[in-house]
Amino acid sequence: MPALPLDEAGKYVAAAYVVFVALILIYVAIIGAKIARIERQITELVEDDE
Amino acid sequence: MGGARAILRKDLLIELRTRESVPAMVLFSVTVYVLFHFGLDRDSLDGALASGVLWVTLLLAAVIGVSRLFAAEREQGGIDGLLLAPVDRTSLFVAKAAALFLFLSAVELVAVPAFALLLLGPGLGGALPELLVILVLANVGVAAVGALVAALAAETRARELIVPLLLLPLLVPLLIACAQATEPLMRQDAGPEDLGRWLGLLSLYDVVFVLLSVAVFDFLLED
Amino acid sequence: MYSKGLVPLAAASVVTITTAFALVFFYAPLDADQGFVQKIFYIHVPMAIVALCGFVAGGWFAIRHLRSGERSWDMRSYVAIHLSIILGLAVLVTGAIWAKASWGHWWLWDEPVLVSFLVVFLLYCVYYPLRFSIEDPDRQARYSSVFAITAGAFVPLNFIAVRLAEKYTHPRVLSQTGGSMPGEMRLTFLVALLGVALLFVTLWKLELTAKHASMQLKRLRNRARVAA
Repeated sequence: MPALPLDEAGKYVAAAYVVFVALILIYVAIIGAKIARIERQITELVEDDE
Repeated sequence: MGGARAILRKDLLIELRTRESVPAMVLFSVTVYVLFHFGLDRDSLDGALASGVLWVTLLLAAVIGVSRLFAAEREQGGIDGLLLAPVDRTSLFVAKAAALFLFLSAVELVAVPAFALLLLGPGLGGALPELLVILVLANVGVAAVGALVAALAAETRARELIVPLLLLPLLVPLLIACAQATEPLMRQDAGPEDLGRWLGLLSLYDVVFVLLSVAVFDFLLED
Repeated sequence: MYSKGLVPLAAASVVTITTAFALVFFYAPLDADQGFVQKIFYIHVPMAIVALCGFVAGGWFAIRHLRSGERSWDMRSYVAIHLSIILGLAVLVTGAIWAKASWGHWWLWDEPVLVSFLVVFLLYCVYYPLRFSIEDPDRQARYSSVFAITAGAFVPLNFIAVRLAEKYTHPRVLSQTGGSMPGEMRLTFLVALLGVALLFVTLWKLELTAKHASMQLKRLRNRARVAA
């Protein structure tokens, strides 16, 4: 089975690697948002306490 | 095991009296055969197609049986009663799995000949003993997994959705083994082929899931 | 307690993955049959292996949970399964991309790894509705653990069954037999595998830290509300 020409194959390979990297970034972003929310709630608690 | 026998007897008596699960499963199977006739636009099937249609139908019918496995207990608030009684969870599992096994066998007693009548091109005669072995081993596996899934889904709100979604993927290895084993039995020149390999897979599946379900059942239906 | 070693772990993951990417594109030789497209192999297969280990680990944590009754094990199990499902989705997507690039179709039934993954993925997707349809938190954890153990035992069985059903005549398109892999490819693959594994553990710890903090916060707020 002949290999695809480099420019055509490149699209697919790039797509696969983009999926991988995008996954990581999206995941980290979600966790980051969660942590930001937790920090906000902590400052609220601290303010209530004072 | 006395407790298991008592629960099993109760379930069988209820089914004999109310005749809810088994007739429904039989009716469902025959209906699905009709659907396949129209869907595939075929009068008779053989080989892999026949094997596939038969087993997919039987497994879908099994979903109905599994959904209803704890129905009697739920409808009469009986689950709590069962738990208070001096019956350990393993006995409960054995009883429910045995009930499911017997229901499935009863259904197949009608559904398999019905399939031969309606859709199967070559007859069943030549390969009947092998088919029986496959059916028995399959019923053991479906009974064990089915009882486990029924208990898992017993307490959730979305029971009717969870049972098919959980049961069917879990049954894929069993389906593979049964369909592959049955396929050569349904050809024009019927005869078992590679049967040992598929029966081996089926037996492995049965052993794993019976042991697993027994081990894990203790943690379900507790309160 | 979960964030111990998180920063060095994250750093190690980033370094390993970057190294892996560099190896993939500048070191590993071009495959004779599939050409450039074969490079997808270096993320598709490591993700598949790590996801499978993640599912089995989820089952193991679930066993620990049922035996000890401590909910921290259930949390570890949940996060491992959660991450593996996401990885599993990525495996299916990259597998489809690879299939399309090398065979012209978006899906291949001949590929036992891909097909097994589809079944496993479908099964584990039920984890969420099962878990979140049980309200009592104690029961929720227990039933989730039972599911995790059942599904964990199912994964190897499923692979065996799908492999056995593979038609002997079709060549494995998306696989790379270990024996005939040249040394450079094998090294690249191992580095990629290590990178994905480190990444998984890092993200696992990260999510556990966030969840744990969130739970402690909830407890504190309840106590503050009661005291007020």
